Amino acid sequence: MSGDGDAGVGVAEDLLGMKRVEIRIAGPRLLAAAHRLAPAAIAAGLAAGLGGCAGPLSTLDPAGPAARSISVLMLVLLVLAALSFVVIFGLFLLALRRRRSRAVSQRLFLVGGGLVFPLVLLSVATIYGVVLGERIIGARERPALSIEARAERWHWQFTREGQGGSVTRRDILDVPAGRTVEIVVTSADVIHSFWVPRLAGKIDAIPGMRNRILIRADVPGRYGGVCAEFCGTGHAEMGFTLVAHDPEAWADLERGAAR
Amino acid sequence: MTALKLHNALETIWGRPRGWRGVLTNVNHSDLGLRFMIAASVYFAIGGVLAMLIRAQLSTPRAAFVGPEIYNQLFTMHGSLMMFMFAIPFFEGLAMYMLPKLLGSRDLAFPRLSAFGWWCYLFGGFILLGAMALGLAPDGGWFMYTPLASKTYTPGINADVWLLGITFVEISAVCAAIELTVSVLKLRAPGMSLMRMPIFAWYILVTAGMMVVGFPPLILASTLLEIERAFGWPFFDPERGGHPLLWQHLFWLFGHPEVYIIFLPAAGIVSTVLPVMVRHSLIGYGWIVGSILVLGFFSFGLWVHHMFATGIPHLALAFFSAASALVAVPTVVQIFGWLATMWAGRPMLWLPMLYIGGFFFIFLLGGLTGVMLAMVPLNWQVHDTAFVTAHLHYVLIGGFMFPMMAGIYYWLPRLTGRRSHPLLGRLGFWLVFAGFNVTFLVMHLTGLLGMPRRVYTYQPGLGWDWPNLVSSMGSFVMAIGFAVVVIDLGLAVLFGRRSSRNPWRAATLEWALPMPVPSYNLASLPHVETREPLDRGHALARSLAAGEGYLGRDREGLRETTGVEMVSGRLTEVVVLPGNSWLPIATAAATGCFFLALLVGLYWLAPVALVVVAALAWRWAAALGSDTDRGPLDAGRGAVAPPHHEAEEAPGWWGSVFTLTADATFLMSLLFGYAFLATVAPGWPPPEMARPSFAAAGIVLLAVLAAFLAEREGLAASRAAATARARAGYGLAATALGAAVLALLAFGWLGLPAPSGHAYGAVVWVLLGYGVVHGSIAMLMLAFVRHRLAAGYVSPARMLEPRVVRLWLRYTLAAMLLVLAAIGLPGAASWRW
Ligand SMILES: [Cu+2]
Repeated sequence: MSGDGDAGVGVAEDLLGMKRVEIRIAGPRLLAAAHRLAPAAIAAGLAAGLGGCAGPLSTLDPAGPAARSISVLMLVLLVLAALSFVVIFGLFLLALRRRRSRAVSQRLFLVGGGLVFPLVLLSVATIYGVVLGERIIGARERPALSIEARAERWHWQFTREGQGGSVTRRDILDVPAGRTVEIVVTSADVIHSFWVPRLAGKIDAIPGMRNRILIRADVPGRYGGVCAEFCGTGHAEMGFTLVAHDPEAWADLERGAAR
Repeated sequence: MTALKLHNALETIWGRPRGWRGVLTNVNHSDLGLRFMIAASVYFAIGGVLAMLIRAQLSTPRAAFVGPEIYNQLFTMHGSLMMFMFAIPFFEGLAMYMLPKLLGSRDLAFPRLSAFGWWCYLFGGFILLGAMALGLAPDGGWFMYTPLASKTYTPGINADVWLLGITFVEISAVCAAIELTVSVLKLRAPGMSLMRMPIFAWYILVTAGMMVVGFPPLILASTLLEIERAFGWPFFDPERGGHPLLWQHLFWLFGHPEVYIIFLPAAGIVSTVLPVMVRHSLIGYGWIVGSILVLGFFSFGLWVHHMFATGIPHLALAFFSAASALVAVPTVVQIFGWLATMWAGRPMLWLPMLYIGGFFFIFLLGGLTGVMLAMVPLNWQVHDTAFVTAHLHYVLIGGFMFPMMAGIYYWLPRLTGRRSHPLLGRLGFWLVFAGFNVTFLVMHLTGLLGMPRRVYTYQPGLGWDWPNLVSSMGSFVMAIGFAVVVIDLGLAVLFGRRSSRNPWRAATLEWALPMPVPSYNLASLPHVETREPLDRGHALARSLAAGEGYLGRDREGLRETTGVEMVSGRLTEVVVLPGNSWLPIATAAATGCFFLALLVGLYWLAPVALVVVAALAWRWAAALGSDTDRGPLDAGRGAVAPPHHEAEEAPGWWGSVFTLTADATFLMSLLFGYAFLATVAPGWPPPEMARPSFAAAGIVLLAVLAAFLAEREGLAASRAAATARARAGYGLAATALGAAVLALLAFGWLGLPAPSGHAYGAVVWVLLGYGVVHGSIAMLMLAFVRHRLAAGYVSPARMLEPRVVRLWLRYTLAAMLLVLAAIGLPGAASWRW
């Protein structure tokens, strides 16, 4: 227990150190990426505008395509939600000012407000969500690199098949930057959940199942990961670090594994 | 008879004995409803204190206030208490208290069942609180995911406390659900057709109906997990053919409707209170009825949206995502119905309206984040983070607490005869409202910054420090606000200004009752011709008190109320209700012994407790009925109607229909689990299949057929007043059913694999057990009718008991055949003699 706890603190402090490095390295590149993709610019604008939203585990400071497209979805939904809130709560507040009874159009309220208004907005949101989900899940994509993430109370084992046999690391997940990697997630005991907030959504690690998630870090760096599904007394300390290597470093790593 | 004499006569019939005897035997719905509400409020306070401890721990990073062992118990108990011990029981209490008054009835359909539910709730709560005091509280999260909650990873008694304690309390919830459903459908004032019911009754009807089918999946899941923990039958163990996700499916099959079960009664209060506050009758009554029916139905098709990250194929996720988004539509219809009513009226910002405003603000935000969460990709990011914690508190506090507070302040003059202090109440509202939003608005951001749920601490430097501190400070403001509300209510009860009988000038019947509320509610029952029967001032109340309505008389000291045809509200029968009784508390105590025996592992004691429960159930049923034909009775206002034992569709018959609906949902969930494991779990097909015996199955079939025919003969003979032949028929049916049960056991013994080796064996044995238990119950019922025939309680006019038993028997026979097929068909090749 105490050993696990110490490991957790270590990881978190890694994250703390990493944060400063991260901002220096990733800032300009993120900006460049934002110029390429208009929606991404919005997300970056959001991140910059909110300032405090950058954080080592912040979904609002995306560093990979999945997390970035989700942050755009999130922004769009937020705008739609804010508009709906203003309309409905505005109608509520305006109604409070009425001082005498008068007839209202039942059709306008119930058909227009009750049916048409939500159906239009919900259809837009749902179609957007489903199409985006289909893209993120990448059912037909078969990345060249597949890594097994095995959760066990309360740490992670990441196993990669290299040229010279398999390499397993505890709580450190090495990936090449700029490439899509498949993570096959499983568990040795209870249900955990694999989550690197800045790169992608989460996927549960369930004993007896092999779930898969595609993940990509655009730029080299260290990205914090956590266990998101409650798994017992060590749940809070079940963090890990994803290290995205630049091509040379990755090649070195592969060679090292071969040797 | 003068109004006073009538009052005294009815008070003698409906009142309760003085002292402890009165407390323990009381079945009055007003008293029980109040007890439920008060006890639930106590649990709310306890759950609130736990929440404060959680916020204290999370206010700063690396806080050393509590460790993970205690913290896990804190949040598990906070969630479990708020869901199972506060929200559901509070609404049950309010519905129990209000419904008969709104419907113009004297009590609920099954008063002893209300009392039984109350005692189960109280005793079940003792189990949970006792465990908490001993430091053995559940610690696996309020949704108890397997395998974390399995024996391997939670070896202690903590998980058993949850499974058994909560199941015990759920019995109370299912009882209340059946009670409320039948009461709304059958026990109304004559003339009150479905479309003339107060809108609140519609909400309760839909909610109760949802509970009838919503709770069985959870009861099944708890049963299976407890069996796995106690005896090692591997339903959820992937090593032995089980699957951890089976728990999640069953849990959320209950858990999602549960959210609407909590929201709908609260929305019902909004639909009731808002029109009074804005001085205009509800616009879009029919639309709202339609939308809550749609909501109730569709809420059962969304449960997977709690499982978007479990690796289910994306096509299925897309379906559940669309369904989850669409379910917002009926809620928006209600919202616009309320807005239209406001726009048509003249809103008054009285305190209940202020709470409705708080509801609009908070619930709207919660609903909007709910739609966001229904979008699969966003869900992948924010699932299991503080964002979800924030969302669910917006939905539950906004969608339940605020309307309930509106309801409490609205009905305070009805409950206590007094009014609250105008300023203190408002201060309480604003503190709660502000504290709530400070706590939970920023929590959305905490989640987006990556903070997972259920972590007992966090490291500094992740950007989570200040939002957590803000949340903690807000939560203390909210707690102070609730304290102000409690003080305000306490002062109102003790020293409040006396209220007039109908202070809000509302139009529903509960305001026609005298103050304080008499045990019999109304001295005579009204004839209802509009949705707003009280429009004509105090005249109605006066004429009812004078006995000018239905049943304004003392007939041999019987507790009488009117039973109506469900749809039209036409008077069909005079329902004779049972009086105060020791049976509810005794039966609840015996049921409690059963659960306690399982909890502490005294497995020999559990069947003994069940035998006691069965004996008490026999007495319970034997205390009803009549041994003479009475024919149509004078019901007052020139109307006549038979007593309910002589009517076609008595409440008891409908009670059985809904009980069997719950029972069938349990069986269907079990078959769903079977199919789920067979298709999804690793390790299937099982290494050892059943080798069913033709001989045993043949005997089951023959015995089932014999029981069916013998009961048919028995009921026909009862109808023809041929008592001896009828008794012989029922005797034969009971014997045949006994043979069927034995043959079913033999079928299992001869051909089924051991239950502990593989989930397949475990499931088929549970299926078999279902058949055996139901066969035994139906056998007891057949014996009961045979006994009642001899005692003269059945006649061609009084066929209620044989008809109820037919319902149970036929269900049982069908279930036995279904069980046989479910076990025998998949292994069709391996049958043998
Ligand atoms: Cu974990």
